[in-house]
Amino acid sequence: MAEQFTVHTTTPSEAEIERERARTLAEGRRKHAVSSAVRYAILAGVGFLMLYPLIWLIGASFKENAEIFANPGFIPEEPTLDGYIKGWQTSTPYTFATFFWNTFLIILPKVIGTAISCTAVAYGFARFEFPGKRILFATVIATLLLPNVVTRIPQYLLFRDLGWLDTFLPLWVPSAFAGDAFFVFMLIQFLRAIPRDMEEAARVDGANTWQTLVFIVVPMLAPALISVCLFQFMWTMNDFLGPLIYLSSVEKYPVSLALKLSIDTTEAFQWNRILAMSVLALVPALTVFFLAQKYFIEGISTGGLKG
Amino acid sequence: MARLQIRNLEKVYGNAFKAVHGISLDVADGEFMVLVGPSGCAKSTTLRMIAGLETVTGGEIRIGERIVNNLPPGQRGVSMVFQNYALYPHMKVRNNLAFGLKLKRRPKPEIEEATRAVARILEIDPLLERLPKQLSGGQAQRVAVGRALIKKPDVFLFDEPLSNLDAKLRASMRVRITDLHKRLKREGQSSTVVYVTHDQTEAMTMGDRICVMKDGRIMQVADPVTLYNRPANAFVAGFIGSPEMNLIEGTLGVDGGINLCVAGQTLAFGEALGARLETHGRRTVLFGVRPQHLRIAAPDEANALEGHVSHIEFMGHEVYLHVDIAGIRLVVVVPSEQYRPEDIRDDRIRLAPRETAVHIFDRETERNVSLAGNA
Ligand SMILES: Nc1ncnc2c1ncn2[C@@H]1O[C@H](COP(=O)(O)OP(=O)(O)OP(=O)(O)O)[C@@H](O)[C@H]1O
Ligand SMILES: [Mg+2]
Repeated sequence: MAEQFTVHTTTPSEAEIERERARTLAEGRRKHAVSSAVRYAILAGVGFLMLYPLIWLIGASFKENAEIFANPGFIPEEPTLDGYIKGWQTSTPYTFATFFWNTFLIILPKVIGTAISCTAVAYGFARFEFPGKRILFATVIATLLLPNVVTRIPQYLLFRDLGWLDTFLPLWVPSAFAGDAFFVFMLIQFLRAIPRDMEEAARVDGANTWQTLVFIVVPMLAPALISVCLFQFMWTMNDFLGPLIYLSSVEKYPVSLALKLSIDTTEAFQWNRILAMSVLALVPALTVFFLAQKYFIEGISTGGLKG
Repeated sequence: MARLQIRNLEKVYGNAFKAVHGISLDVADGEFMVLVGPSGCAKSTTLRMIAGLETVTGGEIRIGERIVNNLPPGQRGVSMVFQNYALYPHMKVRNNLAFGLKLKRRPKPEIEEATRAVARILEIDPLLERLPKQLSGGQAQRVAVGRALIKKPDVFLFDEPLSNLDAKLRASMRVRITDLHKRLKREGQSSTVVYVTHDQTEAMTMGDRICVMKDGRIMQVADPVTLYNRPANAFVAGFIGSPEMNLIEGTLGVDGGINLCVAGQTLAFGEALGARLETHGRRTVLFGVRPQHLRIAAPDEANALEGHVSHIEFMGHEVYLHVDIAGIRLVVVVPSEQYRPEDIRDDRIRLAPRETAVHIFDRETERNVSLAGNA
């Protein structure tokens, strides 16, 4: 039966049509290939343009100081590690190791504090009814819209009166009290997309509020929490103003301040050293970002719970 | 070992909406009680108050001898199965089952043993190392039942547990849950169940007793047979049974025996109905008769209603006839083997109700006034 059917359909005219169709198909494919080639070329070109400063930065960090301005290309003529070695030493009694360590000391408690406090606050707002909830939530959103500069001076005065100047406390403490409204907001949005059934099941299973939070909510919130930690990590890494205002002794400087330090203290700027240290300063953020990229994207697209 | 007593239970939601209007219900130890009713009649609200997931705004809930109104869910001795399973997505099936026992800090060997026992009963042993997202709907529901079972609660609460499953699976899960209930009872374990559904087949087949609700009130609590044969009011009569009971407005008269005037035609009833009626006297009533309790009458039969057949549905073992009597629509179910097309002439048909199966409802209160005597 089936064979007969095939024989019938391959009449000469049908075969011709078939060939014609194949030809148009091939042509279409060729057009498609050309158009994607063009598209990729444009994308690559624009990408290169955007990345050029970064590439130049990396190239220049391996150049002699004199070559930086003499040679506009980004491939060094005589590659040297001089910038890295001298830059690492700095002109202060401390090496960059100290500054990296300081950055780490600021970031770690800050990230942990943010994660814990923001989760607790977001859980409260997303899942409980309490008097004054609307006003409090409005306040949180208002602080989100408030420009940072407005609070700088009152905050400075507060921390000065507490005697916390030149310590890491002013950098840690606001975050440990869910001071970053953006993260609270982000977690609330994420939580709202998660059905409550699991938490109710946990409560029927005998979990109290905190056990429910720790054993059920936090694991479900993990993708969003990872994003929060990453954001906080990168923002703190790049934060210049905070340390600048509150830290005065060089031994407590984080990397962001230390980079500026190398500009200030030398009579003739050793650009290659500054550039070399800038490259190093980029490394942690980039590494962490690429390692956690998957969770990061999952976290900022809210409602990351799969069925 | 615990019975559940609900006294004058009320629920007013935060937006001042009164969802439950003072209901009282007793569920005996080991009883399978089904809450059934149309969407929005507060079945879930009631169940969630029993579970402790909603605050009680009035009345009292007692499990065993304890008033549990203000106890947190975990201390009430209840477990609950949710409509969409509510398995913990990040835990393997094994840990989903064990979570409750772990919180109670039971020794590890005991937890292992309990997990194994429950997995065996529900045939989920091969799934223990899987995550919930790797389960089919039926498997997930079995795990959810297992999670309820493992705690050996005083009262099991189910909120439409089968409504996410396809028809076939639903039928088999129905049997499985009923079997499980019998097994617990046989083994002397506590097996009081409150089961919420909007599906009357589930209600009728699973429940020892059924509580029919409407708009936050209880309409009737009874075993399935009573509910079907002696509905307390027009709502229950219409809700239970398929196709729905025919409810027609008519006038009841007592001129030498009981007669009923429906759409200009008169049906005469004998003393059997008269004995069942609470009150006699001429008035407007709702006349109720199930589609199965109407038969096709002979053309010369006097005591019958005549109507016009609007369409015919062939269901296989039965035939549904849709009949129009002066604008009033009736459904008649005839077993296929008794259905003869020649009974219908020129689209006209005569129908006679089975007198013992007729119900008369008060038109204002919708109460069944034909339940007196021992019909
Ligand atoms: N959180 C709430 N706030 C206000 N009203 C509510 C709330 N939850 C439920 N209701 C109302 O209470 C009534 C009963 O709701 P409930 O969920 O108990 O109904 P149900 O019988 O379970 O219905 P279904 O069969 O659709 O699940 C409904 O009218 C509903 O709109
Ligand atoms: Mg419901």
